[in-house]
Amino acid sequence: MTGGVPERLAAFVKALRAQGIPAGPAETVDAAAALEVLGLDDRALVREGLAAALVRRGGQRAVFDAAFDLYFPAGIGAPERAREDQPMTLEELREELAAALADGDRQALSQLAGLAVDMLGQYGSASGPGGGFSAHQTLERLQPQTLIARVLAAVRGGGARGEFTDRLDRDEIRRRVEGFRGQVRTEARRRAAEVRGRERVAKHAIAPAADRVDFLIASRNQLAELRRTIQPLSRKLATRLAARRRRRTRGQVDLRRTLRRSLSTGGVPLRPAYRHRRPGRPEIVLLCDLSGSVAGFANFTMLLVQALRDQFSKIRVFAFVDSADEVTHLVTTGAADPEHLGARMLSEAALVRWDGHSDYGGSLRQFTENWLDAVGPRTSVLILGDARTNGGDPNLDAVRAIKARARHVYWLNPERRSLWSTGDSAALEYADVVEMHECRTVHQLGTLVTRLLPV
Amino acid sequence: MGTGFFTSVDDVSAKLAGAGYLASTAVATTVFLADRLGKPLLVEGPAGVGKTELAKAVAQVSGSRLVRLQCYEGIDEARALYEWNHAKQLLRITAGRDETWEQARTDIFGEEFLLRRPLLTAISSDEPTVLLIDETDKADMEVEGLLLEVLGDFQVTVPELGTITATRAPFAVLTSNATRELSEALRRRCLFLHIDFPDEDLEREIVRLKVPGIDAALADSVVRVIAALRAMDLRKLPSVAETIDWARTLLALGAATLDERVVRESLGVVLKHQDDIAKAGAGLQLEQVLDAS
Repeated sequence: MTGGVPERLAAFVKALRAQGIPAGPAETVDAAAALEVLGLDDRALVREGLAAALVRRGGQRAVFDAAFDLYFPAGIGAPERAREDQPMTLEELREELAAALADGDRQALSQLAGLAVDMLGQYGSASGPGGGFSAHQTLERLQPQTLIARVLAAVRGGGARGEFTDRLDRDEIRRRVEGFRGQVRTEARRRAAEVRGRERVAKHAIAPAADRVDFLIASRNQLAELRRTIQPLSRKLATRLAARRRRRTRGQVDLRRTLRRSLSTGGVPLRPAYRHRRPGRPEIVLLCDLSGSVAGFANFTMLLVQALRDQFSKIRVFAFVDSADEVTHLVTTGAADPEHLGARMLSEAALVRWDGHSDYGGSLRQFTENWLDAVGPRTSVLILGDARTNGGDPNLDAVRAIKARARHVYWLNPERRSLWSTGDSAALEYADVVEMHECRTVHQLGTLVTRLLPV
Repeated sequence: MGTGFFTSVDDVSAKLAGAGYLASTAVATTVFLADRLGKPLLVEGPAGVGKTELAKAVAQVSGSRLVRLQCYEGIDEARALYEWNHAKQLLRITAGRDETWEQARTDIFGEEFLLRRPLLTAISSDEPTVLLIDETDKADMEVEGLLLEVLGDFQVTVPELGTITATRAPFAVLTSNATRELSEALRRRCLFLHIDFPDEDLEREIVRLKVPGIDAALADSVVRVIAALRAMDLRKLPSVAETIDWARTLLALGAATLDERVVRESLGVVLKHQDDIAKAGAGLQLEQVLDAS
C-alpha cells in the first residue's frame, strides 16, 4: 500500500487506459472531485461515482468494474472468516454455498467466494515468487455447478409447487452459480494482485471489452456476446451510412423550390431549399471463408451485413471451404439461429468436398464460373478470409475477374497485418490485386463497414 | 457551481422515491454528483428503462421548471437555440418608415424579436431549471457542436446581442439510445450514466409502486418471468416499461397467478417481434399446453 488517494486514482486511470478506456486528465480531475463530494466511506458510492466520471460508454462497464475491484479492493489479505480458528472442510463449504445459492443471498455468496479462493485457490507458496491464487483451480475443486440439483430441491422444499414459475427455477439458479463464478474470479484476481503486483494482474487478467476481442481467439462465450451486439451495432452503422448519404447531397440549391418558398417571406429567400437526389441503393456480395477458426469472424460479418439489409437493395452471400456455394437463404433473419448458423451452413450447403481445408484457388474459380453474374457495376464485393491457401494456387486471375466487374472489391482479413504472407498465407499477393484491410475486432469491423461500404 | 437540489445520495434516493421514481445506487449517486459538480448528465440505456422519467422526476422533486428539447434528424440551431422573428422584424421595419437605417437596425435585433428555443430558455432562466435534451443521438453532428458551448460553460453566443451566460446553471440531462456514437468532446463534458435493466428486487418494488393493487406473489412471478426472458437471446429485450404494462394487463385480465394460458395470450404485451414470441414460447415451454388443447 503505497501512496494516498491521488496516487491510487492516477494508477487506476492508467490501468483503465491500458484496457482501452480513454480517460484523460479532465476525467481524472472529475473523478477526484467526485470522490471529494462523496467521501470514501461507502465503497458502492465510490464505485458509482468513479464510473460516472471515468466511463464514457455502455460497453466499458465490465472492464471498469474488474479494474475497480483490483485498485479499490473490498479488503486486504485473507477474508475475515478464513482467519477464524477452526478450518472448514470442502463439504461444509459446499453445504453453505448451496444454502446461499438457494436464498440468492449476494452478501453471503461474495463472502463464500473469498473463503473458497483462500481455501482452494492457492498454489505454490503464498508469498513466494511462483505462488498465487487461481480462480480456475478454485472452481475446479469446488465444482459449484454440481450443486444445482441440490439447490433446486432446497428451493422447492420437497415437491414442486405446481406454479408457472417453477420452470424458471433451474435457470435462475444457474445464473446465480454463474454470478458466483464471477465473484470467485474477482476475488482470485484481488489475491493474485497482492502477491504479484496490481499492474501485472490488471494487464493480463482483465477481460477486454467485447468489441476489442480478437475474432480469431474469441472463446465461445465471447462470440455469443459479440452476437448480442449485432443489433445495436447494425443500428449504429445504419445511422452512419444514412448520415454519409445525406452529406453527399448537401449544398445544391433547388432554385425553383427556393423561389416558391421565398414568397412567404416577401420574396426574400430566407430559407433556401436543397435538391434531393434519390439514392440508388448499392448491392453487396459477400464471399466468406468458413473454414475452422475464421468461421467465427465470417459468421459475425454475415449476420451484421444481413442486419444492415435495409441499407442495400440486394445482398447475396456465398461461402466456401474447398468448394463454393450460395448461402443467402440460410442467412435471412427470422429463420436464422445465429448460434448454429455455421454448423447449418456446413451441413446444408455444398462447401466441403474433400478434407475441409480451405482451397481459395478452387473456390474462387467455382465462384467465377457459376455466379459471376451476381457481380455487376453496382456491386460491392467483400471477401472475408485469412487468405491461407494451404499451399494451393491463389488463383489471382479469378480475383481480377471479379474486380473487373464489380464497383469495389475489399478483402477483410482477420489476421494481424504482421502475419500476412507468413506460412501458407497469400495475403500480400491478393492485397496487390484488391484492397485488403486488417479486421481483427468488432471495433475495426465497425469502422471499416462505415468507411468502405458505398452509399 | 452546482444546482444544489440535494444534500446527500440518500436524500436523492428518498426524494426521487417520493416522486415515484425508484433509483438504484448508480442512478442516485450520479444524479447527486451531477447536482454537486454542476455537470450535465449523459444517460444511456435500452429503451424504456426510465431515462426521460429520471429528468422529469428530478424536475418534480426540486420544484424546477422542465425545459425539454426533443432531438430529431435535421434539428438545427433555429429549433434548438434561438431564432429571429423575421415576420415581426419585417412588420417593425414597415411600421417605422421614417426611421434612419441606424435606428431600425439596432431596434430589430433586440430581445423583443428573439424567439427563445429550449436551450436559450434554459440558460437565461432565473428560476431553477431542469434541461432535458432527449434522444441526443437522433440529432446531427452539427447540433452537438452547438451543445458544447451550452453544456460546457452554460452560455450562448448570439452574434447580434453578445454572450448570454446563465445566472443559474440548469440541471442538464441528455438521453441517448446509442444509435449513433456521440462525439468524444460531448461525452467529456458530461457525467456518464448507463441505466441498465434493474435487478429483480428493485424491479419488484417498481412494479408494486406503479401498479398498485397487484398481488405480491403475482408481481414476483412477473418479475421472474421477465428476468428469464432477458436471459434469452431475443431481438428486443423487454424493458421496465414492458414489465409494468404486462403487470397492468394481468391485473386488468383478473389473473391471480400466472399459468401457461395467460402467459401465452398476453406475451404480445411484453415482446414486440413475432420470432421473439416464438422463441420465448419455446424457452418458457408454453407449447405443452398448445399440444393439450
